[in-house]
Amino acid sequence: MRVALFVTCLVDFFRPTVGLAAVHLLEKAGCTVEVPRAQTCCGQPAYNSGDRAGAKGIAVQMIDAFEGYDYVVAPSGSCAGMLGRHYPELFTDNPAVLPRAEELAARSWELVSFLVDVCGMQTVAARWQREVTYHDACSGLRELGVKDQPRRLLASVDGLRLREMSGAEVCCGFGGTFCVKYPDISDKMVSDKEADIAATGAEAVLAGDLGCLLNIAGKLHRHNRRIEVRHVAEVLAGMTEEAPPIGAPQ
Amino acid sequence: MLPTSRTFEANARAGLANPILQRALALMQSGFPERRRLAVGRLPEFEALREIGKSIKNHTLEHLDFYLELFEGKVLASGGQVHWARTPDEARAAVLQICRSVDAKIVTKGKPMIAEEVGLNECLEENGITPVETDLGEYIIQLRHEPPSHLIAPAIHLMKEQVAATFRADHRALDPERSLAEARQLCDEARAVLRPRFLAADVGITGANFLVAETGSSIIVTNEGNGDLTQTLPRVHIVITSLEKLVPTLEDAATLLRLLARSATGQEFSSYTTVSTGPRRPGDRDGPEQYHVVLLDNGRSTLLGGEFQEMLRCIRCSACMNHCPVYAAVGGHAYGWVYSGPMGAVLTPSLIGIADARHLPNASTFCGQCENVCPVKIPLPKMMRHWREREFSQKLNPPMYRAGLSLWVWVAKRPALYHALVGLASRALGRLGRGRGRFRTLPLASGWTVVRDLPAPEGRSFHSLWVQRRKGETRK
Amino acid sequence: MSGEAREEILARIRRSLTRGRLSAARETELRELVAAHRRNLIPARAAALDDPDRVSLFVAMAEEVQTTVARVNSPAAVPEAVARYLAAENLPANLVLAPDPSLDDLPWGARPLLRIRRGRAEERDAVSLTPCFGAIAETGTLMLISGAGTPTALNFLPDTHIVLVYADQVVATYEDGWDRLRAAGAMPRTINLITGPSRTGDIEQRIELGAHGPRRLHIVLVDDRQKAGDGEDK
Repeated sequence: MRVALFVTCLVDFFRPTVGLAAVHLLEKAGCTVEVPRAQTCCGQPAYNSGDRAGAKGIAVQMIDAFEGYDYVVAPSGSCAGMLGRHYPELFTDNPAVLPRAEELAARSWELVSFLVDVCGMQTVAARWQREVTYHDACSGLRELGVKDQPRRLLASVDGLRLREMSGAEVCCGFGGTFCVKYPDISDKMVSDKEADIAATGAEAVLAGDLGCLLNIAGKLHRHNRRIEVRHVAEVLAGMTEEAPPIGAPQ
Repeated sequence: MLPTSRTFEANARAGLANPILQRALALMQSGFPERRRLAVGRLPEFEALREIGKSIKNHTLEHLDFYLELFEGKVLASGGQVHWARTPDEARAAVLQICRSVDAKIVTKGKPMIAEEVGLNECLEENGITPVETDLGEYIIQLRHEPPSHLIAPAIHLMKEQVAATFRADHRALDPERSLAEARQLCDEARAVLRPRFLAADVGITGANFLVAETGSSIIVTNEGNGDLTQTLPRVHIVITSLEKLVPTLEDAATLLRLLARSATGQEFSSYTTVSTGPRRPGDRDGPEQYHVVLLDNGRSTLLGGEFQEMLRCIRCSACMNHCPVYAAVGGHAYGWVYSGPMGAVLTPSLIGIADARHLPNASTFCGQCENVCPVKIPLPKMMRHWREREFSQKLNPPMYRAGLSLWVWVAKRPALYHALVGLASRALGRLGRGRGRFRTLPLASGWTVVRDLPAPEGRSFHSLWVQRRKGETRK
Repeated sequence: MSGEAREEILARIRRSLTRGRLSAARETELRELVAAHRRNLIPARAAALDDPDRVSLFVAMAEEVQTTVARVNSPAAVPEAVARYLAAENLPANLVLAPDPSLDDLPWGARPLLRIRRGRAEERDAVSLTPCFGAIAETGTLMLISGAGTPTALNFLPDTHIVLVYADQVVATYEDGWDRLRAAGAMPRTINLITGPSRTGDIEQRIELGAHGPRRLHIVLVDDRQKAGDGEDK
């Protein structure tokens, strides 16, 4: 299987370890991984800001960049959802691009659901001695149905115990540009999330979307909480030694 | 009511800083969603019913002219009257004219949202007619001169201490020694005060949850029984409602009723579902002598056929706001007009204009929970995005924001430049933040750092690492 | 004004839907569709049950929403059941009875302590007793209709509402109720679907009964309409 990794702009900029973890997991699952250089960002900031023309311009470039691969996989439900659910919506009035957008959408997957649902991965060979809790990022959960897959693989991580938080499916308040446009509201939401995480007593919080993780880590650090924040791929790939937790010193 | 949606940000901050509101909202957040979850769990057909509810409404909207005419014919045949109103002005005038024709002094009201939309109370008061809200929550906020903060629980922003204070300030006959510490005592007090008003009213005004074309009936759904006393006791019953409440048959109404209460309060069925058809019949010993339906358009007809048509499926259950983390943070008043939460974020701009309401569709993380629980599957986030598109094309966003976005799009469409810039910035910021691993403040990122730290990048962009790795592999 | 508004609203709707008035053929089709009273999906919960189970479901669902139910064998046992309920609830033995002929034959004379008035509800009435048109098992819902013998305010003004239900009146679903209604003739002015006593959650979401309507809703359920004699309570 020839798989193109869609790195996503946040992983590219903030947390390349997540991308390397994704490559590792995909290769373990038997995929040949390539990283097309012509990719940038999925265009969601423009799309969700009402700049439809800008979003289309970026989308067309992405459709070209990912042409010809069996699958396109992103370590983010939000970005995979943009490709998988929203690209076709962008081109409903453009019959020249629509079939290509739909075709890309059908090949696009969020990383962990791809590993489980397409590659049939049941377990991972990783070890992490932690009590963790898991935040269900909104787009992955509600647009793509990512819920059980990460939990199934985490259950096979040696030493790891999952403690579910209440409100695991409630938004953390990131929401792309929302968190800087309405910082007070975002603050209330991420504070609620912080309280739910803390109430579990877990040593670490995991999720499948870096946007949420940056937001949550930022809030936990602002309050000097000693709770590790990591992308689920780092843990599944056994790469927790490769980088400090998100927001922690190197 | 003058909209304050323009100052949404300030409204929201006020809500966030109001400890009583925050306590009330926390109660709501733990109450409604859990009860809905249990009710939905008990009805295996619920998901299938959502799809059917959606198609019933879609079918009706596609043939709205036909069903309106059918409905009107049946109302007339049953002895009632229909008043078509293009605008809030026309709706108010119709109600006023009916009230004047019977020389009405007191008008009881059973929480019609359309009356809020057209500002009916102010109009009646200006004309010497006393409107009395009879839904407990609506009555409380009428005494406080506040707009409703929620579709079905208009006083959800208050705690019982405030209700008690409100009653003490207004109910002159109330013995100061009498305790109003408990919800029970407050209910009894309101019941005692409102009972004589029900009996004294000349006109009763209700809304309609559904209008049934087949029979010319209006349907109201309540738990208190206030709507029934409102429409049964006075000589005149006015239904003030809007075009999109129509459904073809009683069978269709039954399907939507199965969705409504479960989505709203998590009840299997509300206490009172009442189907009204025309005025009292020969031989009837009670019931109104006149039955009027005031049908408001107020721009709804122009939403048909466009990107907001699906909003007209809304059955006003409030599930979207009950499950919205933004609503739960700021409360309904922040939205600044009659409708709040996700449904308000879509509907309000179409009624008061996107220039005044532009914050509403922006104040959403697109978490998707509203669409997920909507009983008629309205794609609320998608329609909020459509409003953002209108906002963007009309250049209503702040200029700095637009400039930043344009620059970013320009760069994102140039992969080589993009990768070079990301590589540089990642390296620079990574080096700067390595010591602490995060930033407490950062130029140009204050929107982020005002409430949380910004985690530092690792220091190398993924693409630069990948290029390096590839080179290493070819060397081997 | 209204006529002009009517025409403009209809014209706007057609313009938005990018079409003119529907063709006569299409309108006929839609009229037929409406007249067919096609049922949508019916939940299996009640539809699949036989008679006794349907009545049991009705009772269970009604009790879940604080309706109280007393079951008796025969019509003759109704006055006693009513008297017993009022005594148990410490309520006065004053009763306003719907002026409906269906209540005439019950042996009210056997309970001389019940002071009974027939008519519509007045402000001072504390307890009412009405017949019902049907009962819906699906959600424990009573179906009452207005008419000369059944004024609507009886269902709302008194603090306590007692409803007489015969087991053969219990249907599975709302749609079954609509069918019965259509079989009975024209639409009444009012159909009240009543599911439990009046309630509100408007203050801190605490459910309180008796907001504006009855605080108590009591059903006397007669299992056998035909049975003679004053059969014992079940």
